[in-house]
Amino acid sequence: MKRLINLKPARPARVALALLPFLLIAFVYLSASSARLAENPNDRLLPSPAKMADTMHGLATEANVRTGSIPLWADTAASLKRLGIGVGISAFAALVFGLFSGGLPLFRAPFSPLITVVSLIPPLAVLPILFIVFGTGELAKVVLIIVGITPFLIRDLTGEALRLPDEQRIKAQTLGANSWQVMLRVLLPQLTPRLISATRLALGSAWLFLIAAEAIAAQDGLGYRIFLVRRYLSMDVILPYVAWITLLAFLIDQALLWISRLSFPWYHVDEGKS
Amino acid sequence: MSLVEAKGLEKHYGDDVVLERLNFSVEPGEFVTVVGASGCGKTTFLKMMLGTESITKGQLRVDDKPIPGEPGPDRGVVFQRYSVFPHLTVLGNTIIAEELSRSRVFGKLFGPGRRKAREAAMERLTQVGLQHALDKYPHELSGGMQQRLAIAQALMMKPRILLLDEPFGALDPGIRQDMHELVGKLWREQKLTIFMITHDIEEAFALGTRVWVFDKWRDDPQAPQAYGATITYDLDVDRNREDAPSQAKKLQEDMHA
Repeated sequence: MKRLINLKPARPARVALALLPFLLIAFVYLSASSARLAENPNDRLLPSPAKMADTMHGLATEANVRTGSIPLWADTAASLKRLGIGVGISAFAALVFGLFSGGLPLFRAPFSPLITVVSLIPPLAVLPILFIVFGTGELAKVVLIIVGITPFLIRDLTGEALRLPDEQRIKAQTLGANSWQVMLRVLLPQLTPRLISATRLALGSAWLFLIAAEAIAAQDGLGYRIFLVRRYLSMDVILPYVAWITLLAFLIDQALLWISRLSFPWYHVDEGKS
Repeated sequence: MSLVEAKGLEKHYGDDVVLERLNFSVEPGEFVTVVGASGCGKTTFLKMMLGTESITKGQLRVDDKPIPGEPGPDRGVVFQRYSVFPHLTVLGNTIIAEELSRSRVFGKLFGPGRRKAREAAMERLTQVGLQHALDKYPHELSGGMQQRLAIAQALMMKPRILLLDEPFGALDPGIRQDMHELVGKLWREQKLTIFMITHDIEEAFALGTRVWVFDKWRDDPQAPQAYGATITYDLDVDRNREDAPSQAKKLQEDMHA
């Protein structure tokens, strides 16, 4: 018998092991749900899969009488737009500031301590300020995402720029590069894939801020819908919506990973094959 | 007139004297190899030549002008590691030299400009035997090929001085032999002046026309940091090259005594 640390599951076993916890959760849910429904067919807490599918079918195909739009797609479009704009602006700002902060010590000296302090401000604590300043429209929600994740992205990129071996900067200079060219041809291309991986990590926070902002003040959005139906204990809407958000988050994450692997093969060399 | 000249050159870190009493003059076309125990200041000396390490006292002049306080295209360099850019292919790593000097704003060439740069890069890559690996990234190359690429890259700017910091230290002995031939050939063809740091004394004698041994000129057991290293041996190898192996052997024994 080998040591425990050397026992690796073969591929079929690995797939089975990966599925096992999901199947367990599904099994626990189904048995708890049917037990409650057997006692009270109108139970709202643990709806049956059929009920959830039925509700979601309605939300995904029937237009709301008042707004005239189909709720699921309208919510998804509104949320993804906010998330996309917020994360996009954050990523772009982080790349620019990270590049200058990592490349120019004179820029880093006053800028880096500021960002460190700003990154420690809990973003949700400033949400009231954002609502006061930007109103309760789209802008406040987008700004909350930006405030929430940009400092983290900048810190991560600055750190990455400083971790690049000094030899590279020296080498570029011996090849005749000026400061701008070192940043453009040495730092920027190596920070871009790092930005993608940092953005993947920050997406979790971005969703958090989005849903929090939508819960407090919005007319549509995935977070808005969840908090709206909470009043009626509509678990048949909440649970599928959470699953839908999770699926969206997963797809965005995998898309970013795919883009990064395709565009920056050299960045993914050290990744384990798991 | 000599190309590189040092007068009373010193380097201190606080109270720690690393280098002192450095006096030398190097003519164009010399191949200087620097040996010495680890931590004796060889790399510090190379960094002063590069301009990344400041000079505490004395003078270090190139072409009778004080050496600039930052790296520049007149002094090429090959490090033991991290010499090439991981995000560029073999061709990209060599072309970048042309691109940096000819496109000051974008650092990138297109169209006819790029074709010309490509030709220059191809010529260099052929010299080091990498013409068949143009589209490979450094991580796909062996250690020896990476160093060949680093040399091709460093020579793109036609520097007068080439600085080599233990460039073959991480390579297998067989590959190291090939690299010696390559460096020797390029040195003769391009009329380079080379400073090469190595910990391998045989390598130093095999390649150099002049071997410097860096060592502390005085050792005080009570205050080991009070005296820095200097050039304790300055040996001319060119005149009696067949004698080199025995000279190397004698020096090795001396240093271990």
